[in-house]
Amino acid sequence: MSENIIEIQHLEKNFGSHKVLSDIDFSVKKGDVTTIIGVSGSGKSTLLRCINVLETPSGGKILFHGNDIDEKGFSVTDYRAKVGMVFQNFNLFSNMSVLQNCVVGQVKVLGKKKAEAEETAKYFLEKVGMLPYINAKPKQLSGGQKQRVAIARALAMEPEVLLFDEPTSALDPQMVGEVLAVMRQLAAEGLTMIVVTHEMAFARDVSSHVVFMKDGVIWEEGTPEDIFVNPKKDETKDFLARFIN
Amino acid sequence: MADFIEGIIKVWNGYGPSFLNGALNTLIVSFIGTVAGCIIGFGVGVVQTIPVDKKDPLWKRVILTAVNLILKGYVELFRGTPMIVQSVFIYYGARMVFDYQIDVWPAALLIVSINTGAYMAETVRGGILSIDPGQTEGAKAIGMNHVQTMMNVIIPQAFRNIIPQIGNNFIINIKDTSVLSVISFADLFFTHKSAVGALYLYFESATITMAIYLVMTVTASFLLRLLEKKLDGDDNYDLATTDTLAYTSGMLSYHQKEKTLEDFK
Repeated sequence: MSENIIEIQHLEKNFGSHKVLSDIDFSVKKGDVTTIIGVSGSGKSTLLRCINVLETPSGGKILFHGNDIDEKGFSVTDYRAKVGMVFQNFNLFSNMSVLQNCVVGQVKVLGKKKAEAEETAKYFLEKVGMLPYINAKPKQLSGGQKQRVAIARALAMEPEVLLFDEPTSALDPQMVGEVLAVMRQLAAEGLTMIVVTHEMAFARDVSSHVVFMKDGVIWEEGTPEDIFVNPKKDETKDFLARFIN
Repeated sequence: MADFIEGIIKVWNGYGPSFLNGALNTLIVSFIGTVAGCIIGFGVGVVQTIPVDKKDPLWKRVILTAVNLILKGYVELFRGTPMIVQSVFIYYGARMVFDYQIDVWPAALLIVSINTGAYMAETVRGGILSIDPGQTEGAKAIGMNHVQTMMNVIIPQAFRNIIPQIGNNFIINIKDTSVLSVISFADLFFTHKSAVGALYLYFESATITMAIYLVMTVTASFLLRLLEKKLDGDDNYDLATTDTLAYTSGMLSYHQKEKTLEDFK
């Protein structure tokens, strides 16, 4: 299996006259764990949001299994159901219980039966260690628990790719650990993931591909070894030096 | 004082059933008007918050702009003119211009509904805008379209947030439907006017009328508080467990089929 699931070609994004992303090129194959690192404001999150069309790209192309997602007749909602997203602020539906959060998408979007959807939801909730909390409302959970439910909600849609937008940035150190543990497990099981993160240890140990962004462009990319052990560009070295100290 | 009590008894003996009937009519028209107004309000509010994308086809943008303009006109017209004038306008105006005599009941329901709708439209719009955009993004990210997002995620939350405002509208309607007496709608205030016309006991009749209005509005706000509490749900939740030995109070157990990741590939 070497077919690209997602291929990004010359992607650009402007907010007004401000250029946030320019000439972004990269691709994701099945089973890849791609991490995107870089300072805040370098366009990492915007790139991820463009991939999920929460932001409309200003230029370039995004191909999903070779199909241009901007083309007429391409269903963005179907596409989003196959490309899940986990947010920095969880975005759990606050009017629903943990279980309903993981069921609603399967029933409304995938058209599954409720009983079947609940089974699937419970399976993934168990995977993230949140099964005992199926009746809780999001407001009753801690940040780490919310994020694990959010991961289960995304997994319950059985996506081909899962996007993580700084999933641990809103959490305290102890909760970061519990969320990263779940993500490591998912990576080990072969889930295709694109992760925007400031967790360098996670990027170094778990990913198969690391992308370093600065000022809206991909500055350097390669295997974790290429980036963390033998970075070629000074900017990459500077960035990593700040994190390691 | 004895005169006053005597007067009240006299009014009640003569018009008691009429007062109760008037109160019932007031309640019916206020309740239906508020519910219908809420439905209109949600419809208008949802249409007004449909996002317009630059990439949408021209016809869609043109239609949406036109519809929004009409809805805005509706809101401004009915929010910006007194209900008593609207009543006269619709009830007598319809006969003069269209040669059609609308009955009192349909006229009353129509006036209260569209009036409440105009207020509710803005309330609903505010309620929708107050929901964290993250909720919409969360829904979109699992593939929901605009209607699904609205129906499942945004409106239930917006509805909860605007219940106090719906309650306000209901109570305002209970009181303000008194203006419908200008089109001879037999509400509570109309009964008061009839009683006064026959017995000349202004103060006594007004006391009874006030008391009945107060009982209705206080009951209404109490019931709405109950609804709010019910929608908020329990503060506590039960932990679920598959361990049958751990089945104690505060936990609920269920049986789960053994599954492996292979089942989902």
